[in-house]
Amino acid sequence: MSSFQEIVFKLKQYWADRGCIIQEPYDIEVGAGTMVPETFLRVLGPEAYRVAYVQPSRRPADGRYGDNPNRLYKHSQLQVILKPAPADIIEQYLGSLEAIGIDLRRHDIKFEEDNWEAPTLGAWGIGWQVMLDGLEISQFTYFQQCGGIDLEVVPAELTYGLERLTAFLQAKDSVYDIEWTKGFTYGDVRYKDELQYSVYNFEMADIPTLWKLFDLHEGEATRLVKLYDPKSPLKKRFPLLPTYDQVLKCSNIFNTLDARGAISVTERVGVIQRVRKMAVAVAQAWADQQANEVAQ
Amino acid sequence: MSLPFLLEIGTEEIPDWMIPTALENLRLLFEKLAIAHESIRLDATPRRLVLRVEGLPALEADSRERIMGPAKSAPAQAVAGFARKQGVTPADLAIETTPKGEYYSFVKNVAGRYTKDILAQALPGLILQIYFPKTMYWTGKGGPRFIRPIRWIVALLGDEIIPFELAGVRSGSLTSGHRRLGAREVAVTTADFEHRLRDHFVILSAEERRRKILGELAGTRVKADPGLLETLVYITEYPAAITGSFDPQFLELPAEVLITVMRHHQKYFSVEDADGNLAPSFVAVMNIAADPEGFVRRGNERVLRARFNDARFFWDSDQKKKLAGRKEDLANVTFQAKLGSYLEKTARMMTLAAELGGDRHAVRAAELCKCDLTTELVKEFTELQGVVGGLYARFQDEPEPVWQSIYDHYKPESMEDAIPRHRTAQLVALADKLDTLRGCFRVGMIPSGSRDPFALRRAAQGVVRILVEGKIELPLLDLLEGNQELISFFADRVRFYFRDHCGFKYDEVSAAMAAGWSNLVDLEARLERIRSLRPTPDFEPMAASFKRIRNILEQAKFPGGGVINPALLEPGPEKDLYDEFQNIAGQPIENVISRLRPKVDLFFDKVLVNAPDAAVRQNRLTLLNTLLAGFSTIADFSEIVTNS
Repeated sequence: MSSFQEIVFKLKQYWADRGCIIQEPYDIEVGAGTMVPETFLRVLGPEAYRVAYVQPSRRPADGRYGDNPNRLYKHSQLQVILKPAPADIIEQYLGSLEAIGIDLRRHDIKFEEDNWEAPTLGAWGIGWQVMLDGLEISQFTYFQQCGGIDLEVVPAELTYGLERLTAFLQAKDSVYDIEWTKGFTYGDVRYKDELQYSVYNFEMADIPTLWKLFDLHEGEATRLVKLYDPKSPLKKRFPLLPTYDQVLKCSNIFNTLDARGAISVTERVGVIQRVRKMAVAVAQAWADQQANEVAQ
Repeated sequence: MSLPFLLEIGTEEIPDWMIPTALENLRLLFEKLAIAHESIRLDATPRRLVLRVEGLPALEADSRERIMGPAKSAPAQAVAGFARKQGVTPADLAIETTPKGEYYSFVKNVAGRYTKDILAQALPGLILQIYFPKTMYWTGKGGPRFIRPIRWIVALLGDEIIPFELAGVRSGSLTSGHRRLGAREVAVTTADFEHRLRDHFVILSAEERRRKILGELAGTRVKADPGLLETLVYITEYPAAITGSFDPQFLELPAEVLITVMRHHQKYFSVEDADGNLAPSFVAVMNIAADPEGFVRRGNERVLRARFNDARFFWDSDQKKKLAGRKEDLANVTFQAKLGSYLEKTARMMTLAAELGGDRHAVRAAELCKCDLTTELVKEFTELQGVVGGLYARFQDEPEPVWQSIYDHYKPESMEDAIPRHRTAQLVALADKLDTLRGCFRVGMIPSGSRDPFALRRAAQGVVRILVEGKIELPLLDLLEGNQELISFFADRVRFYFRDHCGFKYDEVSAAMAAGWSNLVDLEARLERIRSLRPTPDFEPMAASFKRIRNILEQAKFPGGGVINPALLEPGPEKDLYDEFQNIAGQPIENVISRLRPKVDLFFDKVLVNAPDAAVRQNRLTLLNTLLAGFSTIADFSEIVTNS
């Protein structure tokens, strides 16, 4: 039986063997691996790219104080981007499951229609949720649009819910019981996070402070993106990556405010629009900045 | 020589619900090629669309084409040029007489093309024309679009490959077996295709997969679910049913919740005991041959246990706050950006429920019916909105009419779905739907074409069905705030309902609606009368006469109104018609039509409406108008399409 971390090692090795850059998690809070620049910005433009990383994904509203056996405020996603998607991508994906010890001739695997969409990122794709013996273990998406831009090259995005997958392999009913490594359960390592962040997100986060932070990060993102000049000879050195970090900060603060029940009717749609506007502006500037001048 | 044709479009997994339509479309597209053939067979699994045709000719029949040349009067040089272009001499040309004059022409023999060549040319475009509701590109921006990436293509005519390329895939004779039980490449011929697939764990025929699943369900008391069965047929290549069980303690949860988890989230059939109660077991359909070690069963049982635990957790935590206590929380739930929160909607619905004649139970149900939107259980199982509110209201001791009204207030959710179970529930459902429709139309959110994000057509259709089938005689038009767009939107729904759902004829519906349609119960009664009147021998001639009357009145620009002056009536047909009309006044048309018709016919036969004397003319028009008006309360018969 593989431990949680062995499963992570095996999957990383599997994708490394298939030409992926193995990245470490991005160091700003995100709701999903897709939001990380390694996905959100890299899928833009014509350059081929392959990358895999484990991204802790924070969803404040999903926190359950560590009480619910299947729900986590922060779960671990293995994110794989293959750009362009190879023709045998599904075979490669199934191979990764076999690499962690799932004999697919003895298990039921199904691809059920599930088209992914992230309104705050102006992004969507076509794909499936992958069901293993009735359990959703992965989301598989062919990106079509990102930052409101039709993609030149279509990447495949594979995400693995690592806690679920491990619970399945270890036949555990609660994620807290899965073995992280010998002598340590997932609960030993992560229970405190779940409890304390739930308390913060649902009970103690100071709403006016969070709004202030949101405004500050938004202000910085907006200020910067306005300064980007597509005609400037120095545009390559313009700090779009730090600008995007400000957008990510806003997104996480928005999610926390939402969990805290602080977003009113009239505000909600508007705030999503604000985040989307920033994300789209950065994506468009990025596409321009990275484009090859020779082509023009 | 007659040849079999095989086309297999090999793809990644196609959404199950799109497959049957895509196959029908493939058939039509093939038939449009107009290639002679004997029979067509269509099959599909999630990974392949297959067209098999028998009896194609190897070679298309030769045909003759007539090519028109210059006019007979044209200079000899032009004639010679035309002949040269056709590869003949002017002597070989014929003279053709056309409406425009005489012209040279040449009849050319066109040799039939090889069917293989026709198909090789047509198939790439044909495949990409198959209709899917949502398509993608995968080879890059501007590349071909299809439902999912195409990964292989088998195209055979007899023993030969029909050569073409599509999306970087070359057609060939290699298919692909089941993803894990079969080989990735399997050589096939038109003759052994289906067998070879079976050897590699693909059952090509949907009917056969359906029979296999049904056969394996036969020993279990499964709750019949044709929709789920179709999903499973088209989501598997080699289906096999397995039975699992769950802890009977979960049966404390409402059956609605358990069934939703099994049906919608897990695609399981639920199982009943001998009394028709939910049993603690389920049937799942796998896409592999067998589960000898029980891996798949145990996996599914574990998933279901987790899901049920979640549901129980949500149920328990939702009880900490009663529905009534959640009302103020609706201020934080958006109904629609321009229409405010659900709290505001709730206030409007309560007023409307009372206006519609609802009692205190209806108003109470309107007050509580949206409160379940703030519960964890509905956030998790959105399809159970309303139902969960009803169950919580029952659990929290709300009176029966109240909880049942909450439970039913989204009904009917489709044309097949039942309307709410009693009058109170019907009025609450009406209040909900009418409020949504009025609000959306007020702020300009009006469905157009296939765009109807708020499902307003379904809401309006629901209103129509509840009013008609609930026999509620409310004046619909008075409830639409005089909004002309909403009125005509409803007119379309009413027409659709009576025509497509109830089977009334188009002109009957138009005729009856022209006499008013605010009271839909009355409209239905009148439609029934017209339907039974229609086959009678006098009906269509009378309708034709009414139409004639209408035309005469329109041509004369008759303003309506006026009183008949009997003194001005000419003895004979005109006076007879008037007397008859006086006799039958107030009687239903069914009883008098046979007496009236000969009088009308005779009138038109003998009497000149357009009399030279203005007063007489005016009096005749008044007579006709009065006659028309007298029978127009049931329908405007001039709308009836007659054969005469």
